[in-house]
Amino acid sequence: MSQTGASQAAQDCEPDRATRLQLYRKMLDVRLVEKRAYDLFMQNLIKGTSHLALGQEAIAAAFGVAMRKDDYSFCTYRGHAHTLVRGASMVGVLGELMGRECGLMAGKGGSMHLTSAEHGALGSYAIVGAHLPIAAGAAWSAQYRGTQQVAVCFFGDGTTNIGAFHEALNFAAVWKLPVVFVCENNLYMEYTPIGTVTAVQHPAADRAAAYALESIIVDGNDVDAVYAVAMRALARARAGEGPSLIEAKTYRHSGHSRADPGKYRPTPEIEAWMKRDPLPMYRQRLVSLSIPEAELAAIENDVRAQVDAATEAARNSRPPPVELAFTQLWADGGFAWRN
Amino acid sequence: MEELTYRDAVARGIAQEMARDERVVFLGEDVALAGGVFKATGGLLERFGPKRVRDTPIAEQAILGAAMGAAMTGLRPIAEIMFSDFLAVCWDIVANEMAKMRYMSNGQVTMPVVIRTANGAGARFGAQHSQSVENWAMMIPGLKVVAPATPADVIGLLAAAVRDPDPVLFFEHKSLYGTKGHVPVGELVDELGKAKVLRQGNDVTLVALAAMVPRALAAAERLASEHGVSATVVDVRSLVPLDTATLLREIAHTGRLVTIEENPRLCGWGAEIVSIAAHEIFYSLDGPALRITTPHLPLPSADNLEDAVLPTVNRIVKEIVETFD
Repeated sequence: MSQTGASQAAQDCEPDRATRLQLYRKMLDVRLVEKRAYDLFMQNLIKGTSHLALGQEAIAAAFGVAMRKDDYSFCTYRGHAHTLVRGASMVGVLGELMGRECGLMAGKGGSMHLTSAEHGALGSYAIVGAHLPIAAGAAWSAQYRGTQQVAVCFFGDGTTNIGAFHEALNFAAVWKLPVVFVCENNLYMEYTPIGTVTAVQHPAADRAAAYALESIIVDGNDVDAVYAVAMRALARARAGEGPSLIEAKTYRHSGHSRADPGKYRPTPEIEAWMKRDPLPMYRQRLVSLSIPEAELAAIENDVRAQVDAATEAARNSRPPPVELAFTQLWADGGFAWRN
Repeated sequence: MEELTYRDAVARGIAQEMARDERVVFLGEDVALAGGVFKATGGLLERFGPKRVRDTPIAEQAILGAAMGAAMTGLRPIAEIMFSDFLAVCWDIVANEMAKMRYMSNGQVTMPVVIRTANGAGARFGAQHSQSVENWAMMIPGLKVVAPATPADVIGLLAAAVRDPDPVLFFEHKSLYGTKGHVPVGELVDELGKAKVLRQGNDVTLVALAAMVPRALAAAERLASEHGVSATVVDVRSLVPLDTATLLREIAHTGRLVTIEENPRLCGWGAEIVSIAAHEIFYSLDGPALRITTPHLPLPSADNLEDAVLPTVNRIVKEIVETFD
């Protein structure tokens, strides 16, 4: 499917009013939690590193709304967004970032490994490319068990140059697995422009043909467009027609990680993309669709209040008990390697 | 009892578990239609069908990634990595992903996966198809590590590995595939983390693994008949969990410890056992511990060169006798 094809699909799968409000709310959830994470870093309440999805919210939000509750998702170390949109609590996410007992993994994973198995969020993977074959495996399991579940795998443009990407794509295509690979192309692999290190113009879409897949490019800052493409790919997977590879064009508002101010990016480029910030863009669309300002303001106030409450709850949560470091290596709960 | 080769024991072990549990699936390169390059998995495709026994591309990250994703979502996959040397191309999935997922997620995820692989030398395959890499796996928290020496142990330990809720690396020894042994009729299920005392002596305790086990037994025979040295032989079988109780008891009984390891010298599994013994039963030891290993070298290919570096029965006997001089 070309970009034109994607617009066509967007018309086919136009979200209804309630879905649109859900999409807006999920984007806002991510935006405000990520901003809060940034602030908490500045206050030194979050240690380690962190990779924010500011500017890229539309992709995770669209899939979060489009996916079935029992679908599986896999994401990268830039994974706060993808974990939240599956339904993981804000306090669980912020608590994990802050290393508190209330964290999703009680402080054992940290920012780069958010996991909420009860929501089907089966991990954030910090080794680039590792989770693509793992997502294929979850899809294989769904196919084997005949559950019609789909595995969705989010990754960055940099991942398209690592071996695991190609192994997973071929494997998923050959076995016709119900998996949707979603490349969030934010134009930079860490600090380096993706175009300078990639042989093709569209790092994911131009590789699709090698695996007999459609080339799909979508405007990753247009949540309706991503939603439409997501619905199509999920339906295709559930129908047993195999995997999809989607390239969503987007932009990181901040640098690669906490340590990176992103100075290597030209100012006009940043300005052009800031004008295409997915949140104000979508808000404008909702207003133009006659959704009352007050209804949007109510959502915004509600999310803001939730983020504040989650921040307070996470701050008030204790650090995990030290004994926790010695648990859950094995399924028996312990870490013994000898008798 | 029936007599079975180590090779046939692999297929029987897998079949036993697949017949018992629908969640057990098996994948790898050339494992289905071809029955495996070592002919250890013949008949499984015919018996269990292409949905459960699957050939894969040459893509080890995909094989183990798929096994991991399947294990996290309710299946109990057995994945084959044709030669253990190839673990190096998918080590991220083993060491960073499978081994750590449960811990990082604080127990949200369970990882019942078995990685079977042909390990070790003796087939003159040269440096990239002959390594003993069990110590690579032993060093990673979160992996269980098993290496059977007999057909009965192949079946029993494979069954235990498949039924275990944690990731298990199952090292088959490629020079043992043709060896035979007695296997009880009917279902066979062993236990991970149990060493086996194969021979009881009074002068020295030989601790061995996989292909070094028959060599240790042969060496013990010669030590008795030619040198009047009475040796205990313990098959470690499981490096993680490690049966230190049995090992320390048997070492303390003779007061002398010899490890017989195929892995290259540095950080071989025997070093860990020597260290534990030195710390915990120091006053029961009557002399220095001896590690007999492959020197710290890649493996050469020619018959005489490979034989020159692996611990042979001659070398084992000679080095042990020297400690008694």
